[in-house]
Amino acid sequence: MNGMDSMTRLGRHPAFRTGASVAVATGLYGISFGALGVAAGLDVWQTIALSALMFTGGSQFAFVGVLAGGGGGTAATGAAGLLGVRNAVYGIQLNAMMRPGPVLKPLAAHLTIDESAATSMAQPDPYGRRVGFWTAGVGVWTLWVAFTALGAVAGDLMGDPKAWGLDGAAAAAMLGLLWPRLKSGDAWALAAVTALVTAIALPLLPSGIPILVAGAVAGLWGWFGPTGRRDRDPEDGHAAGPEDSRPGARTVA
Amino acid sequence: MWGWILLASAIAFGTKLLGYLVPATLLDDPRMLRTANAVTIGLLSALVVMNTAAAGQGLLLDARLGAVVAAAVALALRAPFLVVVITGALAAAGLRLLGFP
Repeated sequence: MNGMDSMTRLGRHPAFRTGASVAVATGLYGISFGALGVAAGLDVWQTIALSALMFTGGSQFAFVGVLAGGGGGTAATGAAGLLGVRNAVYGIQLNAMMRPGPVLKPLAAHLTIDESAATSMAQPDPYGRRVGFWTAGVGVWTLWVAFTALGAVAGDLMGDPKAWGLDGAAAAAMLGLLWPRLKSGDAWALAAVTALVTAIALPLLPSGIPILVAGAVAGLWGWFGPTGRRDRDPEDGHAAGPEDSRPGARTVA
Repeated sequence: MWGWILLASAIAFGTKLLGYLVPATLLDDPRMLRTANAVTIGLLSALVVMNTAAAGQGLLLDARLGAVVAAAVALALRAPFLVVVITGALAAAGLRLLGFP
């Protein structure tokens, strides 16, 4: 009974529905990866293995992109590794938010990607962050691998996922995850600055690096910025606002 | 090629796990928390731009921009997340039907 109750509770949780939506929008894109992997010269099982084992879309596309462009395994592995660095940054944050035990830690690490991190970080409470992370992580992994297989076997028959607007769905999903965090003028300003930094960095730096630059700028903003000074001022009654959404705020007894 | 696939996958997993091995108590410090909060907003904002305008190493404004504008309108109208995502897909697909890149 308790198990069923908690399943019902889970299914109704907004973070579960958000994670499921993200999983569908992202997972369907596995079709294009599967088709590209085979087109780059990998066989069906190698393409599926990349989705199941590497499981970080940007690195996977870079890996097969280098191969398709005539590059070798060294260059493909190097590009994929560089693109995956941002996952370590997500890992630091998710570990502090969810505090997984030693058994769950490697599993959580494997499921750490843009979408699961973003879904988790967008939730206002610790339980929601866990639900969001695991729903999006397990959901994206399952659908991503399944649709990679479909794309690798029959990719050309499905046509271009862009025609279905799936890239627009992914962009909309990311905005939907950022939106709830934009509660203050300070947050809007930070989002605008980091968006600008990303747009400037995108043509200048190898892919995967601009997001790290944006993360570093945001880190400096948080460390030295106006939010920090305001929160330390005990006379400012509004200082408690942004604290509500801080990572792990209520997990510490 | 299997060797490269397994090596690249091991590197990807090791990178992810590295983040989880940073002590969680690091973020118990209020100033670190504020910084982590800011980094979260910065990462999400960068992901929006990447998903909207990135094309390999470069910028490309196409139907995705229309999808994000449509999603912003839906969010301003307090639409639920799934509606926002579907709005983005419909906007991008519709713009492409009209001939936009």
